[in-house]
Amino acid sequence: MGYVGSSVKRVEDPRFIQGKGAYVANIELPKMVYLAVKRSPYGHAKITKINTKKAKAHPGVVAVFTGQDLIDSGVGVMPCGWNVPDIQIPVRQALTVDKARHVGDGIAVVAAEHPYIAADAVELIDVSYEPLPAVVDARKTTDVGVPQIHDNVAENTSFEWSLGDKEACDKAFSEADHIVDLELTNQRLIANAMEPRACVAQWNHATEEMTVWTTSQNPQPIRLLLSAFTLGIPENRLRVISPDVGGGFGSKIFHYPEEVITPWIAREINRPAKWVATRSESSVTDSQGRDHITLARMALKKDGEISGVHVSTWANMGGYLSTFAPLIPTAFYITLFAGLYKMKGVWGEVFGTITNTVPVDAYRGAGRPEASYVIERLVDVAAHELGMDPVELRRKNFIGKDEFPYQTPVALQYDSGDYHAIFDKATSIANYTKMRSDQDEARSSGRLVGVGVSGCIEASGPAPSAVAGALGSAVGFWESGVVRVHPSGKVTVLTGSHSHGQGHETTFAQIIADELGIDMGDIEVVHGDTGRIPFGMGTYGSRSAAVGGSALVKSAEKVREKLKKIAAHQLEASVEDMVYDQKEGKVYVKGSPDKAKPFGELAFAAYSAHNLPEGLEPGLDETSFYDPANFTFPNSAHIAQVEIDPETGEVDIQRYIAVDDVGNVINPMLVEAQIQGGIAQGAGQALWEQGVYDENGQLLTASLMEYAMPRAHAFPRFEIGRVETPSPHNPLGVKGAGEMGTIASTVCIANAVMDALAPLGIRHLDMPLTPEKIWNAISAVGQRTTAKVEYFGGD
Amino acid sequence: MYSTSFDYYRPKNLKEAITLLRKHKDAKLLAGGHSLIPAMKLRVSSPSAVIDIARIRGLDGIKASKSGVRIGGMTTHAAVESSKDLHKTCPVLSETAGHIGDIQVRNRGTIGGSLAHADPAADYPTVLLALDADIVATGAKGKRKIPADEFFVDLFTTGLKAGEVLTEVSVPAMKAGQGACYLKHRHPASSYAVVGVAAFVALKNGVVKEARLAIGGVTSTPVLVESVDASLAGQPPSTKAISEACEDVPAALEYPLGDVYASGEYRTHLATVLSRRALTEAVSRAKKQK
Repeated sequence: MGYVGSSVKRVEDPRFIQGKGAYVANIELPKMVYLAVKRSPYGHAKITKINTKKAKAHPGVVAVFTGQDLIDSGVGVMPCGWNVPDIQIPVRQALTVDKARHVGDGIAVVAAEHPYIAADAVELIDVSYEPLPAVVDARKTTDVGVPQIHDNVAENTSFEWSLGDKEACDKAFSEADHIVDLELTNQRLIANAMEPRACVAQWNHATEEMTVWTTSQNPQPIRLLLSAFTLGIPENRLRVISPDVGGGFGSKIFHYPEEVITPWIAREINRPAKWVATRSESSVTDSQGRDHITLARMALKKDGEISGVHVSTWANMGGYLSTFAPLIPTAFYITLFAGLYKMKGVWGEVFGTITNTVPVDAYRGAGRPEASYVIERLVDVAAHELGMDPVELRRKNFIGKDEFPYQTPVALQYDSGDYHAIFDKATSIANYTKMRSDQDEARSSGRLVGVGVSGCIEASGPAPSAVAGALGSAVGFWESGVVRVHPSGKVTVLTGSHSHGQGHETTFAQIIADELGIDMGDIEVVHGDTGRIPFGMGTYGSRSAAVGGSALVKSAEKVREKLKKIAAHQLEASVEDMVYDQKEGKVYVKGSPDKAKPFGELAFAAYSAHNLPEGLEPGLDETSFYDPANFTFPNSAHIAQVEIDPETGEVDIQRYIAVDDVGNVINPMLVEAQIQGGIAQGAGQALWEQGVYDENGQLLTASLMEYAMPRAHAFPRFEIGRVETPSPHNPLGVKGAGEMGTIASTVCIANAVMDALAPLGIRHLDMPLTPEKIWNAISAVGQRTTAKVEYFGGD
Repeated sequence: MYSTSFDYYRPKNLKEAITLLRKHKDAKLLAGGHSLIPAMKLRVSSPSAVIDIARIRGLDGIKASKSGVRIGGMTTHAAVESSKDLHKTCPVLSETAGHIGDIQVRNRGTIGGSLAHADPAADYPTVLLALDADIVATGAKGKRKIPADEFFVDLFTTGLKAGEVLTEVSVPAMKAGQGACYLKHRHPASSYAVVGVAAFVALKNGVVKEARLAIGGVTSTPVLVESVDASLAGQPPSTKAISEACEDVPAALEYPLGDVYASGEYRTHLATVLSRRALTEAVSRAKKQK
């Protein structure tokens, strides 16, 4: 029918824009209790006593529990699902009993008749603390005087991991003509999804079945973890539902303590229970992102050939390891250090350290923006130092379009791409030559205009399950997809991936409509309910289309095959001679399209079973489990132009050009929306966002009054182009589209700002590039009279 | 975000509101609710009683005359922003209102609520100080006028007495040869003024007759930089004269506030830069004002 490739409007939107979305917080059940969690105000403190007497006596309070109550009833510790070699995994209880290890660490919980009563009663819980010295800096966890945060994590270092060809790397540096050195901070970010996290649980006393509604990107893995690790309710008596979810950005992947506490209480007191995070709670309990300190070096030949990179990173993991935390700075980070380039000597190491901060885990891009930031900053500084144009330096080192599949020195095998083509398009949209000559002119009149470039690669669509297992994953990363054709010809599509803004109800219907040749309106896409869908792995890492979509294509193929068998039988022809017309949704004998059997008739025939070929089962309901053969490798060429007010340090983004190759495109409008949102989010990191902790572990940016999210008025109209090199290994030819905008824009804008400041001799500033930081750097230049200062690291 | 419990009153008229305010010593008046309700939800403010004056008739509205404009305390920022009367008589006030928060905030927040809250990062206080406006308070004994430079006492502290309601703001109309401008550096998260600078300039025969420069966001209350008038009065408003006058700005900003986003030093610097820009624009507007 030709739905794929066209900008079909989102079928979800009428429901959302009319306020009909059904979110977890909207669920109200009879006899429900409302929960509020008592949280630590200290970054690091010993808990000496918890007195819940007054809270329990408060009118309207149903019960008050502490971590010990959970432990006594057999609740297990919060699991970590990614185990690199020799990892030391700190013990994390759903409610901590011995120590508070970050501000916001949960200590006790109140169940009350009303949320207001719960909030009052939480203040009546009296916790006695013995404050301890804290550490918040990833690189200072082994310093003298820094206390051990967990008994079982020596030197507060949970793991060390390295990857690459050290010998080739050392050789590249020993033979280098030019070496670029950079110390970089990739600052702490807070996801701030529009919808705060929430959990509702209902225990059926009679059947001993539990239903949990949770704001998750992946309800099936949450059910597995609840069942096998924390709550211990058998999977076949546990239903986890993630209904409409208002944004995740990674922060809703993980298994959170409140997902344990809420159903535990529902069962304990045999009443439905509900917990909804306040925005303040989100700031100190949602897993946060990034927070790397990195020493990076790049080796080059004098003609601009990049021969190697050498990277050491201290990754701040926070007070505990969140569910997939060790994956992010290891297999999702160092594997991307080859970038778009042919260099051989790539080597990286990472130290995952424990601090008195909120746990850090995947945040949009997850490891890959951190990698791109390191590589693309190095390339830009190299271009400046070698006096080359940053686009030319990149082009000189690109992997050629004929060199795919391309094996990098850091484990990945890139599937496809044409990096010159994306840069051709981006520089053409930008009118790059003129952009540069305009910049020269502006500079000559004292204006600080900068042009930034980034060329990024992403490994999306995780992952071949065997590879994931070898890298430390406790689970596989295949996806399930069911195409259930009903007797009337209406279709229900069940996907194990989850939509929390992406638009699966639209794009997956587009795919199946085309696969079967039926109307999109006849298809309903269902996700997020373990009571309705098979096991699956949910949505993150830009995997839904490449992995989840491919599973559905496989199921649709099975439906077509079965319909061909039925049609062949009815038309008295052989199956091999049958043609499934995907445009019209009918089956006919090759050469006789006029005697076709329409889809609806065949679907009914499958169920009436009056006239089926011998041995063929009735029904038309096909399931597939698709394990990808490889990641997909989206890539991008972004160009930004900024101007800095030299008096105030304010940055104005004047132009933003983005050309992305995300393979084949299912819905151009939604892809463009993903890119646009991603650019804004990445720019947020470059210019405004930062989770700032003081030395005691207090989060100084714990509300949206201090934590600056990007706003629409700060952006020009994005100029977006596209190059499509299909992924050769999935049936849709798609690559991930959800994260590239974010990955590419952070470093692109940072490069633009640094380019603007380059004439002043300012080489590097850490993000966020706030007006004061820029003004300080400019002022320092103004005050330099004798020596030329070349480096501004940290702040 | 749940407040502590409180008693809620909705008086029918101003007299009843004043009586309630006198009766409940730690009561808070609820106008647009854009400062009070967030504070209550965060439990930073826990009044035992809230007196909702939002539906009392006659507390909002903009009345312009030749001498000046009277703006009711319950007038929303959106109404100030869009008032045609104000566009003619005192456009800088509309301009300022248009830069407060976002559309939703402007539709609910009120000028009286903002002034009575006296947030050092608010926009109106700085502008009213530069315009030499009066604030009208109504209490049991009737109305009294409080000049803007006496109204802002300290951080979140005003010259309002117990039992008084801020009912009106009185702003002089712009006359020939007068111009004003408000510039702010918005906080990227809150949109409040990290620094807000309001400049008023009156020209006569090509020289400055009067210059009033007020700076908000830097110190606990908005500050009038009195040296600017002394420095510019009687001078032609040249770029050089304005720049020199602004050199005294840092001295007027004792104990500048600082936070994660902007240090006191940076705020002081921004104040100086924005002062020069605001005065320059005010002069340019004054030249056009017939």
